Amino acid sequence: MSTHRRTRSRATLLTGIATTAASIIALTACGSGGSGSEEAGGDVTIEFAQWWEPELPDGEFRSLIDTFEEENPGITVDLVSGPYASTKEQLFAGAASGTMPDVVGLDGAWVSDFAEQGVIADLTPLLEDAGFDDSQLVSQVKVDDSTYMVPVVNFVYPMFTNDDLLSQAGVSAPPETRTEFSDAAKSISDLDGDASGWVLPLSLEAPNGVQNDVMSWAWASGGTMLKDGQPDLTNDDVTSAVDFIGGMWDDGVIAPGSFTMKEQDKVEEFTNGRVGMMIDSLAHINLIRETNPDLKFSISAVPAADDYTGERGIPYASWGIGVAENSENKDAAAKLVSFLMSEDTNSELSTMANAFPGNTGSVPEFVEDDQLFKTAFDIYQAGYPANEFVGLPVAEELMRQLGAQLQSAFDGQQSLSEALEKAQTEWEGEF
Amino acid sequence: MSLRTVTPPDPQTLLQGAPPRKRRQLRRAGESYGFLAPTLILLFVLMIVPIVMVIGYSFQDNVILKSSSEFAGADNYVTVLTDPAFWKATGNTVFFSTVSVAVHLVLGLTFAMLLNSPLISVTSRAIFRALYVLPWLFTAAVIAVLWRMLLSPNGIVNFLLNTDVEWLADPQLALGTVTFINIWAGYPFFMVSLLAGLQGIPQDLHEAASIDGASQVQRFWNVTIPQLRPIIISLLLLDLIWTSQQFALIWLTTGGGPIDVTEMLSTYTYKLAFANYDFSLAATAAVLILLMSLVLAVLYVRHQKARD
Repeated sequence: MSTHRRTRSRATLLTGIATTAASIIALTACGSGGSGSEEAGGDVTIEFAQWWEPELPDGEFRSLIDTFEEENPGITVDLVSGPYASTKEQLFAGAASGTMPDVVGLDGAWVSDFAEQGVIADLTPLLEDAGFDDSQLVSQVKVDDSTYMVPVVNFVYPMFTNDDLLSQAGVSAPPETRTEFSDAAKSISDLDGDASGWVLPLSLEAPNGVQNDVMSWAWASGGTMLKDGQPDLTNDDVTSAVDFIGGMWDDGVIAPGSFTMKEQDKVEEFTNGRVGMMIDSLAHINLIRETNPDLKFSISAVPAADDYTGERGIPYASWGIGVAENSENKDAAAKLVSFLMSEDTNSELSTMANAFPGNTGSVPEFVEDDQLFKTAFDIYQAGYPANEFVGLPVAEELMRQLGAQLQSAFDGQQSLSEALEKAQTEWEGEF
Repeated sequence: MSLRTVTPPDPQTLLQGAPPRKRRQLRRAGESYGFLAPTLILLFVLMIVPIVMVIGYSFQDNVILKSSSEFAGADNYVTVLTDPAFWKATGNTVFFSTVSVAVHLVLGLTFAMLLNSPLISVTSRAIFRALYVLPWLFTAAVIAVLWRMLLSPNGIVNFLLNTDVEWLADPQLALGTVTFINIWAGYPFFMVSLLAGLQGIPQDLHEAASIDGASQVQRFWNVTIPQLRPIIISLLLLDLIWTSQQFALIWLTTGGGPIDVTEMLSTYTYKLAFANYDFSLAATAAVLILLMSLVLAVLYVRHQKARD
């Protein structure tokens, strides 16, 4: 072999080895992710995974966390922010691999699963050690009598009514009872044009319509879908609410396309004046105003059963918070939770998010500046936050199961009572 | 009976190592494996390991989310195979895939032949080719949003047809509608591939057939189709594999609903994993889908081998 050929051959061999080594290094780098908390020279860094930062005005959440870092020298907060769906996937993967961030943003629907896995910590002793009085909290999400999630801010779901459509239909005030509601819905649907009285999103991809638009009717009349923590879908509360919705379905006052409609479609239908009434998150007020500045609409409590006079449950969704069981810096994590739940910070955060506070003493600024928010806050304070899906196992799947059964009933394949019985059986299998 | 004698090694060889020819062979093999190594390592880490892990999960209970997973034997397979929802999803997937693939072929071939016509100028052909290929360029999310808007009860399709049909929300129409959307999104792949095939058919064959008195239809069946046959079979098998695994389009348009009329094996598996958090059953469903896809993949590979 000539020297030239030998050199070339050696170079080829070396290139091969280098490529192999590079790919191994690259793969190793892919596999080793930075995780969790670390400690250096007495200072701690805690990770806080949530979907809130991208949903708030640019930089506002970070500045709130900067205030925390100033007040707590030695604690650095590393914000791990992403959209809701990515955060959910990241947390479930972290729970499986034991690498959950120290502080986690939680949805009530995940709490039961995380608590059962033992990956989130009981907050009561942690908050006590951090010197936080938990009687200030509006609500706590418990599993087996231990608190695993604290709602930081709440987005309530009142009833939105299109003032113009209602007045054209001869309805002078937003309905307060179910009969008034169905009458108003019929009057709106009878108007010339393509407007429907009410909108009911029942998409199985995002089945939260079952929670916000179906079960809210039961909760608004003080009803429940549970008995001793177990499913009770065939009780009078749920049956009467579902029958009421079924009646409106038969009357043809519900906007078409329900079976594949999602929350954003519902808001779009209302914003464009194609439906007279909807139950929706307060968080969408600004979106509706920006999209259709000419739309005149009001907010009121979800109508209750005609003979009901008690306190009304108002559906809500939360930005909840919890602490990972595997966190090495639970003290620092608890301090961050206490900071976010403190009266002033919670007021500030709820103002940023256009949501209602998780601290009983906090009052968001927008309540004083905006009549609609003030009305909503009055409704919130007059009733109680009601969302029985919070803390249930596989909550989203429960909604999907009930949604599919209701679709089948509305499609005429079974009666509503059969739908509830089948959903009850399916739910029992999940508990 | 004979005794085997052991020949002592040649002291010269021991001193000088392997003969130069052997060394060269070893080195050449080393080089080859060195270059193959990145691909082999990637294949191992990204394909073999996950597949083996998923197969392993399908024989265990409580995997991923709980530390106390136990060997479950074939229980998960029994659960999935006796679940009516699985068979409903299988039926829907078969309908969705076969109809999509068949219409993809017919539409793709029709458009390809139109574009290949000598009656069309080069410029017009380029413009039409760009227009027809557009659906193939959109991602599933864009296609889903686009068609959801077009087909909504207040959408442009109902406006143009002067109807108020719930295309995606009506249980009687939903499966047909998502299949139509998939057909729209996928035919350009057939069109482009078959156009390339058509352009590769020697003109002499057509001329010879014409001289023999073959009509247009006879030339199509006896010249065009036999010449395109290898491409058509490859396209059919590939499209069948891809379409049977379609997830994003279904999930973003109907989520498997209304009720369960558009539930596919992909959405069924997704729900098991990310709504029920039952990764054992999800892994089992995934293995069953893998086995079904494997049949198609084997057919495809055998076809390719036969071509070679």
